[in-house]
Amino acid sequence: MAYSFPEEVLEYVFAFLSSDKDRNAVSLVCKSWYEIERWCRRRVFIGNCYAVSPQIVIRRFPEVRAVKIKGKPHFADFNLVPERWGAYVYPWISAMARSYPWLEEIKLKRMVVTDESLELISKSFKNFKVLMLSSCEGFTTDGLSSIAANCRNLRELDLRESDVEDLSGHWLSHFPDNFTSLVSLNMSCLGSEVSFSALERLVSRCPNLKTLRLNRAVPVEKLASLLRRAPQLVEFGTGAYSTEIRTDIFSNLVGAFSGCKHLKSLSGFWDVVPAYLPAMYCVCSRITSLNLSYATVQSPDLVELISQCPNLKCLWVLDYIEDAGLKALSSYCKDLQELRVFPSDPYSAEPNVSLTEQGLVTVSAGCPKLQSVLYFCRQMSNAALVAIARNRPNLIRFRLCIIEPQAPDYLTLEPLDTGFGAIVEHCKELRRLSLSGLLTDRVFEYIGTHAKKLEMLSIAFAGDSDLGLHYVLSGCESLRKLEIRDCPFGDKALLANAAKLETMRSLWMSSCSVSYGACKLLGQKMPNLNVEVIDERGPPDSRPKTCPVEKLYVYRTVAGPRADKPDFVWTMDEDGALRLS
Amino acid sequence: MERAAVYDSDLNLKATELRLGLPGRDESEKQSSRNNKRSSAEMENSCDKDEQESAPAPKAQVVGWPPVRSYRKNILQHQKNESDLSGIFVKVSMDGAPYLRKIDLKVYKNYQDLLKALENMFKCSIGVYSEREGYNGSEFAPTYEDKDGDWMLVGDVPWDMFITSCKRLRIMKGSEAKGLGCL
Repeated sequence: MAYSFPEEVLEYVFAFLSSDKDRNAVSLVCKSWYEIERWCRRRVFIGNCYAVSPQIVIRRFPEVRAVKIKGKPHFADFNLVPERWGAYVYPWISAMARSYPWLEEIKLKRMVVTDESLELISKSFKNFKVLMLSSCEGFTTDGLSSIAANCRNLRELDLRESDVEDLSGHWLSHFPDNFTSLVSLNMSCLGSEVSFSALERLVSRCPNLKTLRLNRAVPVEKLASLLRRAPQLVEFGTGAYSTEIRTDIFSNLVGAFSGCKHLKSLSGFWDVVPAYLPAMYCVCSRITSLNLSYATVQSPDLVELISQCPNLKCLWVLDYIEDAGLKALSSYCKDLQELRVFPSDPYSAEPNVSLTEQGLVTVSAGCPKLQSVLYFCRQMSNAALVAIARNRPNLIRFRLCIIEPQAPDYLTLEPLDTGFGAIVEHCKELRRLSLSGLLTDRVFEYIGTHAKKLEMLSIAFAGDSDLGLHYVLSGCESLRKLEIRDCPFGDKALLANAAKLETMRSLWMSSCSVSYGACKLLGQKMPNLNVEVIDERGPPDSRPKTCPVEKLYVYRTVAGPRADKPDFVWTMDEDGALRLS
Repeated sequence: MERAAVYDSDLNLKATELRLGLPGRDESEKQSSRNNKRSSAEMENSCDKDEQESAPAPKAQVVGWPPVRSYRKNILQHQKNESDLSGIFVKVSMDGAPYLRKIDLKVYKNYQDLLKALENMFKCSIGVYSEREGYNGSEFAPTYEDKDGDWMLVGDVPWDMFITSCKRLRIMKGSEAKGLGCL
């Protein structure tokens, strides 16, 4: 029976598949499905820019319209990855400029982006629509000028949390007068003042603008004017406030906010004084997302605001909210799904606010939909963690940072193994976990036994021996990313679980006990892994093979060792001479 | 709530004794629960401590710990710096006056400046401070509430320490203040 669907029909059906997982599955059915699928894949996600080469991607998927690429490992956010390590986007842009003339979207995370790359983007893709640079670096506002000037159909320019060399605010004035397609602008990470009249005119002529996140340099007295020109805004980030409140500015702001009937998300609030917060009360009932993580406002004022937001789903806030504020949150915001509490003074030896484990326990009890937590605090107990686990078995992300490394249960002085054990045991859908506090190998046994859906695990100053690492690598079936710092994990567990590393995206280990010899052996055994030794002390060959490496980054790849390594990175490949003397 | 300062009847050495902790407090007194304390970002907590030893030495910072993004660290530092520039506004009440006033302590260079301004504002005479007698003999005595909630006589501590620990001022009638000068 040779009858089969015409290609066009299959292509039509495949167009309904948006998830990469589904498309990957489809492509494995048979050769013809593989062919049909690859010609109609429009979106590609590359979780590690070194796992594959631009050429391989382009060869397989010739008609891509949107790419998302991630570069440096997550611990780069905390300065653990040295400068010049890599993750340069230029080779990707240059290859895509030749092969994807119809590319519309580029989203990058933790990559090095140069002005040259931005200029190339702006000139190569005629229908370019979306540029998102998340936690990127390497470019200046000159690069933004190219984008503004040349991308006639640009819809989104989002620079979230990128480190931009801010030469001037003049880039914004490069948007042409007939440019009207902007839907989203996030410039909150920039420092310089842009021409306010240029900004006003831009906002006025873009009727589809839904997201506007301003930078600090836009003063509070200018906000009302912008809001009145864009009452259709859904997401708004303020600039910096001034310390004195003026009644005319305040009432102007109230009027402007009251015209915004679609606002769902607010952010910014640098230097905000409590007296300004009531200006937003009129929109609070519709607010689902609040980022107050730059607002150094005390708990009672935070509670005043939050108590008016019954539909709040996502709250980012400083620990000024304190336990009392979290209690109020738990009673007013029953729809809360995500909570992040950041430390206002992470380096002081003593607590400066009254925020303890109790606040988190209360929220876990009162908010039935809570699924994502990031919490910085100075004390924790097993009892609290057990309570949280029992209250919220629906947790998906749980990232706890007890500020003092290796801090024990403050009530019993025991390790926090039992507490985190309860988390992984009860929260069966847990996908992301960050550990802290005093932890022995026992916690890793619990994790290996129970955390079957865990995809990302972050470990610091924990464990006693290789057994800890072995439990994780051998037990966590869904593990994709593992990042470890300052733990006594070494060669045995790593080598015994070498095959596991090919099923994961990456493994990071710094200040651990993995020897150079073991790294070489791993590189030799596993040709599909890049085993990168990162060591700023000089060539690892100059030290004994038993000497532990500073940092180790292991990732699976089909592209072989990378050609752009700096002088402090060595890739252990199978051709390397191996002498374990 | 005012609390009379305790002065020895002799040379008042206790008042000038160098120690950590505000003058007039016994070392055996317990601190109020730390949970209620909220010192300003730039103040060392050490001066509120009851212990004999000095504040713990600042810990050597571990790279990348706690895991806070650098732009978050910078923002808060920026705000700390900015708050250095803004004023320190405190309420001033005077016994018998119908309403309170507010002043910016940063505007004044020293106690003399401040007292003169208060005298002008409230049309009263405060007189001259003496370590031994306080403001005895004056019609009014200036007092302030410090971070611990205690009522203190204005003038005892160095000016810089005063402006960072003063939460509010109260200009007390001389007759009530008399008790401060003797034991």
